Amino acid sequence: MTVLEFTVVVWALSTLAGFLGALTGLGGGVVVVPALTLALGVDIKYAIGASLVSVIATSSGAAAAYVREGFSNIRIGMFLEIATTLGAVVGALLAGRIGTHALAIIFGMALIQSAFYSFKATPGSELPVESDALGRRLRLGGNYPVDGKREEYGARNVRTGLGIMFGAGALSGLLGIGSGAVKVIAMDRAMRIPFKVSTTTSNFMIGVTAAASAGVYLSRGYIEPRVAMPVMLGVLGGALVGTKVLVHARVRTLRMVFGVVILALAIEMIVNGLSGRI
Amino acid sequence: MNDRRLEGIIGQLLRAGVLLAAAIVASGGVSYLVQHHSSQVNYHTFAAGGQSVRTLPGIVASAARLDSAGLIQLGLLLLIATPVARVAIALVGFALERDRLYTVVSLTVLLILALSLIRAI
Repeated sequence: MTVLEFTVVVWALSTLAGFLGALTGLGGGVVVVPALTLALGVDIKYAIGASLVSVIATSSGAAAAYVREGFSNIRIGMFLEIATTLGAVVGALLAGRIGTHALAIIFGMALIQSAFYSFKATPGSELPVESDALGRRLRLGGNYPVDGKREEYGARNVRTGLGIMFGAGALSGLLGIGSGAVKVIAMDRAMRIPFKVSTTTSNFMIGVTAAASAGVYLSRGYIEPRVAMPVMLGVLGGALVGTKVLVHARVRTLRMVFGVVILALAIEMIVNGLSGRI
Repeated sequence: MNDRRLEGIIGQLLRAGVLLAAAIVASGGVSYLVQHHSSQVNYHTFAAGGQSVRTLPGIVASAARLDSAGLIQLGLLLLIATPVARVAIALVGFALERDRLYTVVSLTVLLILALSLIRAI
């Protein structure tokens, strides 16, 4: 393959991944890594390095839009980032010790979780809760707009949330993905924070988490400029367009289709990992 | 300064940082394509690149020579710096609000980030 062909193909795949990732809320990383490794035979270490920088680009790039809506909670985000960044450093260090085949298999399993999430995740209809003792002490509660008014909410089960967040960080560092789905589960399901607040705060946290593995990735050479360049530009461009059309799209149907695609990629990654082809 | 205003400023800053980073990456990319468009590539097996793409001083030096890979890496470094800046600004904001708990929380996150990024220096 010539440089030009490689760059154009990678850029096009990444644009599609960024677009679909933004529409479904799953992020571009979950598609970029399998696309690069399965379709183009790129070594998974280059793929996760390129994916990690694109994760930072979409998270930071969309931050302004999310802030305007008034859903994200900077205190919850910052507090939980202690756990995600620690997890990310551990995950990134582990990525160097784990063989390529095993990485592919773990990636496949993370994809299955993502697919499951995209089939199942519906905004929690549960009412906001009051903070428990620790949630109150940490002042994690806040308010968010509901039908023009601002409604109060609290946060519970902080320790469980921190534990899941450490796992989300480790997964992000190990696989170069945002692991937004796991972060949302920690806030929405475990800590009982409203779904909308959870998803936007998660987007804010993804970039900081990824930055914590970036130093390790860079020093190990996972971030290869000639691979990362088309991936970063493509995912960012696709995501910017994706967030613009989000309002008009039939998200539910799309999530189902995307879930099937991810499930297929998951099986492909695991089979290739097991047979040693990746 | 309240949380909403602080977050608004942070959001704008992050977007500006990302767009600048993307512009630098794109300029390095164009220069790379112009010079090497018909060379053969494959990335089937991993081999860590040299100092010029893996360390901060190496990247800065090669970007200063307008080397295409160095420029791309410089843009990516700037990109990696955007969330770090976000934490640093939040730290200052919490300190100004005299919110001791969240000043310490932000400082902790910043230290963990430094712990990772220091490896690339």
